[in-house]
Amino acid sequence: MTALTVPARPEHEASLRPVPWRQMAWVTWRQHRMALAGVAALLGVLAVYLWLAGLQVHHAYAAVAACHPASSPACRDLLGDFNTTYAKAEATAALLQVVPVLIGAFAGAPVLARELETGTFRYAWTQGFGRWRWTVAKLVLLAVTVAAAAGAFGALFSWYFGPIFAEGDETPFAPTVFDLRAVTFAAWTLAAFAIGALAGMLIRRVVPAIAATLAIWSGLAITAGIYLRQHYLTPLAASNPNLSGSAWITGQWYTKGGKPVSQSAISQVLQGDPVQRIGAHGLKQTINPVQYLAQHGYTSWMSYQPASRFWTFQWIEGGWLLALSLLLIAATIWLVRRRAA
Amino acid sequence: MNTLVQLENVTKRYGSTWALRECTLAIPGGRMAALVGPNGAGKTTLLNLTVGLAEPTTGGVTVLGGRPAGSPAALDGIAFVAQDAPLYKNLSVADMLHMTRSLNRRFDQPFAEARLGELGIPLKRKAGKLSGGQQAQLALTLALARRPRLLVLDEPMAMLDPIARHDFMASVVTAMAADGVSVVLSSHVMAELERVADYLILVSRGRVKVAGEVEDLLASHRVLTGPADETGRYAEQPVVHLRRAEAQARLLVRATAGDPVPTGWQAHPVGLEELVLGYLREPGAEALHGSSRAGQEVAK
Repeated sequence: MTALTVPARPEHEASLRPVPWRQMAWVTWRQHRMALAGVAALLGVLAVYLWLAGLQVHHAYAAVAACHPASSPACRDLLGDFNTTYAKAEATAALLQVVPVLIGAFAGAPVLARELETGTFRYAWTQGFGRWRWTVAKLVLLAVTVAAAAGAFGALFSWYFGPIFAEGDETPFAPTVFDLRAVTFAAWTLAAFAIGALAGMLIRRVVPAIAATLAIWSGLAITAGIYLRQHYLTPLAASNPNLSGSAWITGQWYTKGGKPVSQSAISQVLQGDPVQRIGAHGLKQTINPVQYLAQHGYTSWMSYQPASRFWTFQWIEGGWLLALSLLLIAATIWLVRRRAA
Repeated sequence: MNTLVQLENVTKRYGSTWALRECTLAIPGGRMAALVGPNGAGKTTLLNLTVGLAEPTTGGVTVLGGRPAGSPAALDGIAFVAQDAPLYKNLSVADMLHMTRSLNRRFDQPFAEARLGELGIPLKRKAGKLSGGQQAQLALTLALARRPRLLVLDEPMAMLDPIARHDFMASVVTAMAADGVSVVLSSHVMAELERVADYLILVSRGRVKVAGEVEDLLASHRVLTGPADETGRYAEQPVVHLRRAEAQARLLVRATAGDPVPTGWQAHPVGLEELVLGYLREPGAEALHGSSRAGQEVAK
C-alpha cells in the first residue's frame, strides 16, 4: 500500500464554502454530452435542410416579385414554382411539430430517471456538492442550452417561411407554424424538457418517463393550439369585413336587424328558393351566398386576430410556457430536496 | 470520545411500513462499527439516514459532532459507498475520478491514481467493464480520496468473491490505520467482521438490539454448557439464547468471567458470531447501554 498522507483537516468546518457552481459544468457536459450531441445532430441536419430549402423559397419569391407584367404566362409559371415550394414548406412545418418534444423528452427525462433507475443517485447525492445544488446546476444548464438551440432554430425557421408570410395568403397564426418561431419554439422545447425532468423524478425510469413526456407534452400542445391560443387577447369583430389572408379568423356569424341569426336559420334561407330555382332553370349563374344574404338584410360578422398582434401572441405563449417550465423545474428540485431515498 | 453518528429517538416509516422504530444510537469515532442484522432489518435505512439520503419520520440524526445529516457540512466529511457500488458504467475510471474531484472540495488525485495503479485498475477502462471486485475497489478509492472523516459502507462485500472480500477489508483497515478514518459498515456476513470490527450494532426488525464496544460485549457474555434437563434453573433475564443438542444445553448468558458457574456446568468465552446469532434468534433480547444486565447473577 502507498503511504497515505494524513491530510490537514481543520476541525472548524462549520462555515464551509460550498463547492463552486462552475464545477458542475464539466460534470453536466460529461454525463449528458450524448444527449446534447443528439440534439445538435437533429437540429443541425434540419437546419441544413431549412437553409437549402429556404434559399429555394427566397429565390422563387424574388423571381415572382421581379416579374412584369404579373399576368403574363411566364410570370404565372414563376408563381406556380413559388406555390410548389409553399406546399413543401407546409409539409416541413408539419413534421417540425414533433421536434421540441423529441428534444425535451430525450434530454430532459433521463436527467433524474437514469440516476434513480441505475442507483447512481446514491453516489451523486452524497458527494460534497449537495443534491439539490447538483439538481439545480444540471437542470438549469441543460434547460438553457436546449432552449437557446431551439430559439436559434426557430429564428432560422422564421427566415425560411418569411416569403410565404410576406405574400400574405398564410396567417402566421396557423397552428402548424405559430409554434415554430423563435420564441415559441424555444418555449415549447423548454416546456418539454421541464415536463421530462419532473416525469423522470416521479416515474424513476427512463423509458416510461420519456413516454409520459411525449403524451403530456402532446396533450398540452394540442390543447394550447385548439383552445387556448385564440383567447390570448379578445378578438376583434368586424361586419362585412374585407380581411387580408394574414389575419386569423376565429369565428363567423350573421345578424339581421341587429339580432344574431343562428346557423340553422342561415342554412334554411340558403336552401330556400333563390339558389335552387335558378339551378332548376339551367342557368349557370353562380349565386354568391354571402352576396345573396347581404342583399336580404343579413350582416356578416367575423371575429379575428389581426396579424399585427403576432408578436404579442408569441410573447404571451412564450411567457406562460416559461412560467410553467420554471414551476415544473422548481417542483423537480423540491422533490429531489425532500425525497426520502 | 467524540460521537460521529448520533440517532436520537429516530423512527423511519415508508408508507405504512416501519423501517426503523425508536432508534437511539451514538457511534463513537475512531472505530470500525459493524452494523449487522438480517436482510430487511433496517440496516440500509439506518445508513441512508446517516448519509442524508433519507430523512427520519421523527427524531433527529446528527453526524461528525452535531452536524445535521445531509447538510453540506455533513456531506463534506462523509464518504458513502452504497450497496453494489453504483458507478456511471459508461464513464471511464479517469472520468469517475474527474467527476468526484469536481463534486467535492477535497480530492486527493495522486493518492487515487497510485491506489488504482497498485490494484491494476486501468484509468482508461469504462467503469462498467471492471469486475465486481474492481468496481467495489474503485468506489472505495473514490470515497477515500475525498479524505472523509467518516466512511460509510453499505454491504460493500455483497458482490465480491472471497479473495476480493479479503482485499477490500484490508484496504479499509489500512485506510483506518493510516488516515484515522472512522468506518461504519453494514454486512450480513459475520465472518469478515470478526477480526476487524471493534464496535457492534445489531439491528433486527427495525430496532437496535445490541450496541457497544465489541470488547465489552464479549467480556460481558459467556457460553455455558451443561445438562439439558437443568436449564430450568436459570432465570429468564440473563439468558440470551438457549440451544439444546441431545442431552447437552448451550446457553448464551450475560455474565463476566468472574461470575460463578453452577456445578456440572462449564463456562466458555463467546465469539462475536455466536453472540450475534444468539441475539438474532431471540427477537426479545437486547443489550444496549444502560439496559445491560451483565453483572447480574446467573445461577439461581
